[in-house]
Amino acid sequence: MAPPEAVAVTEQAQRGSARGRTPTTRRRNTGPGRPASPAARMVGGLGELFITLGVLLGLFVVWQLWWTDVEGTRAAASIVSQFEESLPDSPEVAATPQQGDPPAEVAVGNAQRFGTLLVPDWGPGYKVPIAEGVGRSDVLDVGPVGHYPSTAMPGQVGNFALAGHRQTYGKPFFAIDTLSPGEALIVQTAAAWYVYRVTGTEIVSPDDVGVVAAVPGDPAASPTERMITLTTCHPLWSTAERYVVHGVLDYWVDRADGRPAELVDAGEA
Amino acid sequence: MYGWIWRQMPGPAWLRAVESAALVLVVVAVLFTWVFPAIAPYLPFNDQTVGEN
Repeated sequence: MAPPEAVAVTEQAQRGSARGRTPTTRRRNTGPGRPASPAARMVGGLGELFITLGVLLGLFVVWQLWWTDVEGTRAAASIVSQFEESLPDSPEVAATPQQGDPPAEVAVGNAQRFGTLLVPDWGPGYKVPIAEGVGRSDVLDVGPVGHYPSTAMPGQVGNFALAGHRQTYGKPFFAIDTLSPGEALIVQTAAAWYVYRVTGTEIVSPDDVGVVAAVPGDPAASPTERMITLTTCHPLWSTAERYVVHGVLDYWVDRADGRPAELVDAGEA
Repeated sequence: MYGWIWRQMPGPAWLRAVESAALVLVVVAVLFTWVFPAIAPYLPFNDQTVGEN
């Protein structure tokens, strides 16, 4: 510990040097620590406001492009597991494909979940819930796949037409442009499994609602085939057009018999 | 504004930095949970369904 004399000397030295730095003339209104003029304060405040707006816009983009996917994917997974608990059991064995008339599917109320969509081409884990209706807030943003009201139910004669986001809110149809003819689109309901095969794709304008008609492209015709249609936005980062995938029913499977071979094989691989 | 907030916070500089980080997290959480979902439907790029229903 330093002797008291030394402390006194140090304090004296500090005081002296501090006094030496103190300006003897009146302080000029420049340099750091000066009181800002009202105009300067206003410009500074405006700058902070603009920076804040920029950060808010940036955060909104992060939310829209990333966080809605995080939440949407999580929500879809929990809806699927809830829905599947309500379904009758279906043994995990490949079942005999059925070609006859599938069971009748009852139409459900708006925003009610009645099935799941599985696309083996998009990975064995791809499974999203299907709800009735194509409203944004009650189906597509939370669903995430919606069934166009008044189009056919799964397996029935007509066009089972679905809508889903290409990006954001879980982006269920993000990889839609990878689907090519022959690939399987599988729908699970409480009654059966339906395996559709992609027959073709098209890119149309948003108001071309004929793609979801019972006979796609010919709204006046009466249907004879059991079809499926997926619609989503196109191109990426845009809502200017619609990407449409059509398919036709290949076979169906009784839940009690098992599952489509496509799913059982994918599980083993 | 940010200078004023900084001066209102208690504690030494390191504690104020921690408090600032917590404040930023709270603001982001409020925006992500309530504000952005509320304004998103009114933005033009979210208008992607044709008016048939």
